[in-house]
Amino acid sequence: MEKLIAGDIYYLMYLGRAFEYKAKEHYMTGDISGFLHLDIGQEALSVAAMKAFEKGDVFTTYREHIMAIARGMEPKYVMAELFGKASGVSGGKGGSMHLFDPSHFFYGGDAIVGGQIPNAVGCAYARKYQGNLEGVMVVFGDGATNGGAFFESLNIAATHKLPILFLCENNEYAIGTNIKRAAPFKEQYKKAEPYMLTKAIDGMKADEVYSAVKEAQSLIEKGHGPIFIEAYTCRFEGHSMSDANLYRSSQEMKHCKARDPLPYFKEKMLNSFNFSQEEVEALEKKANECVDEAVDFAANAKEPPLEALYEHVFYEELNNVVS
Amino acid sequence: MLYREALNRALDELMQKDENIVILGEDVGLYGGSYRVTEGLVEKYGEKRVIDTPIAELSIVGNAVGMAIGGLRPVAEIMTANFSLLAFDQIINHMSKFHYMSNGKIKLPMVVRFPQGVSRQLAAQHSESYEQMLSAVPGLRVVATSDVNHAYHALKKAILLDDPVVFIEHELLYNKKGEVDFNDTQDPFKARVVKEGKDITIVSYLKILDDVTASVAAIEKELNCSCEVIDLCSLNPIDYETLAKSIKKTSRLVMVEEDHKTGGFGSQIVSWAAEELFYSLDAPPLRIAGEDVPIPYNRKLELASIPTVDSITKKVIEWGHKNGL
Ligand SMILES: Cc1ncc(C[n+]2csc(CCOP(=O)(O)OP(=O)(O)O)c2C)c(N)n1
Ligand SMILES: [Mg+2]
Repeated sequence: MEKLIAGDIYYLMYLGRAFEYKAKEHYMTGDISGFLHLDIGQEALSVAAMKAFEKGDVFTTYREHIMAIARGMEPKYVMAELFGKASGVSGGKGGSMHLFDPSHFFYGGDAIVGGQIPNAVGCAYARKYQGNLEGVMVVFGDGATNGGAFFESLNIAATHKLPILFLCENNEYAIGTNIKRAAPFKEQYKKAEPYMLTKAIDGMKADEVYSAVKEAQSLIEKGHGPIFIEAYTCRFEGHSMSDANLYRSSQEMKHCKARDPLPYFKEKMLNSFNFSQEEVEALEKKANECVDEAVDFAANAKEPPLEALYEHVFYEELNNVVS
Repeated sequence: MLYREALNRALDELMQKDENIVILGEDVGLYGGSYRVTEGLVEKYGEKRVIDTPIAELSIVGNAVGMAIGGLRPVAEIMTANFSLLAFDQIINHMSKFHYMSNGKIKLPMVVRFPQGVSRQLAAQHSESYEQMLSAVPGLRVVATSDVNHAYHALKKAILLDDPVVFIEHELLYNKKGEVDFNDTQDPFKARVVKEGKDITIVSYLKILDDVTASVAAIEKELNCSCEVIDLCSLNPIDYETLAKSIKKTSRLVMVEEDHKTGGFGSQIVSWAAEELFYSLDAPPLRIAGEDVPIPYNRKLELASIPTVDSITKKVIEWGHKNGL
């Protein structure tokens, strides 16, 4: 990894965390509502995977604010979406769980567990059809690996040798249910082994995530076909703002927080990538400023007009359709 | 007692009596249920009877069908209506048809419960209603429960019945307060007159019924009339008898539902009234329903997408004035 990219990753991880804490704060005040799933603790995976998989297309879940930002969406437009404003990335109609930006080849923001996986497979088929092997990356949680959509997708992707990276974020929990109570083993890559190349990594280490995803992307681009990466992570907060996180002991949370990806990567910044303490602090300051600006922007942005309710139900107006 | 506590009590009472009753669903056990309906039950009845499943809705309902065939009485919980779509194959191709296809040899004593509807800014994939689709499936009983007393009695009946039942709850009702009348002998699968009146019959069900009830005083005052409010309770089969009796008395019908208007459940009630009670009606029926759009996240737009106390009041008054009230 080059110094420049390391700096970028640290900046985005730091920004991501600050963004999530602000979102939490504004959920408490009522500026943000609905389901809010925070990604605090999992910044390494969200940022490094997006940075490594620069090309291609991305499909992901409802826990996607940081991924969306790392993919290139401006924090202020993401925050505006959380605030339900017209200038939000989805016009205020999607909210936290439904961030979309085709200009960054980022297709949600899907809140049906596992639902995005077959969509990503279809997109990979389209890309291969078009002669484009840059690849599609689909991110999903450990909870999604127990559903039919997941198994069907592995089979189809492998049968057609599609250019797709399955990236499983295994934080061991689907809401309050531990993976050990929902599957016969903790390692979900075992389910993909018969179909494709698999790899298990520590998802809390940005450098490890970056190199694994980078390598997978380049293999896919060379026509290798589908690859499965499982990244072990840990979320620091409850599943969403409506979850009090009572099912994890303080002991377990202590373990979890000891794996904090930020201090880990900060140490790398200083000792492996030759950043000075001042340089790191400057990045942190810039990130905080960016998040403050995002909140200001979102708070002052306009609500969508009432007419927006009826816009985009169809792309074509009915009277334009010629049969 | 709260609505969710009434449901919990119904489950608890019956599980105590019949060890064939089992619960299955996501986070129903150790977590206590996403809306706390199954709270405390795994502690009481163990993990063998309160089963935490993986995120696999097709299997939740599919397994429940198999459990019922095998002699158990499963109560399956789907976290939210939108996820029931993953189980529609099992609900429609299997759960609803085995009894008929086997010429009555197979019975399926099972319940599939889920909450539905617009809650608060949960956006398009977490806010929908599916009674219109499910009530159109022959062989499936569909119940929608709007208050504490009914929730208790209806869930008990659903579990005790030897038919497959889809039991619809609403996310905004779980903390609704009320009393259970343990001596209530009305059939919970029949429509209930929640308020008597003589000039307008307003038919509704589930959460939006509360908005109807809240709008009645203003409507009665403005139109100088009295409204009869009916809670349908059962959406399949439909209790036409109770409806006909009321409409013949009032000669006017208003149908209020939360769901999208096109193809909505209320169209069945209104078309039935047009066919069967045309000459008893003094005014064209009025249907009040949600807009034909996916539910948006923004609160203002969200509220504009469904009927509210204000919009119900306004629409009924306008309609009343136009029709000689
Ligand atoms: C089909 C479906 N079933 C249930 C849910 C409710 N639900 C939302 S997130 C979630 C847990 C998902 O866990 P996981 O895939 O591990 O992702 P994580 O939240 O840990 O990131 C559940 C059960 C849903 N959104 N979609
Ligand atoms: Mg998880």
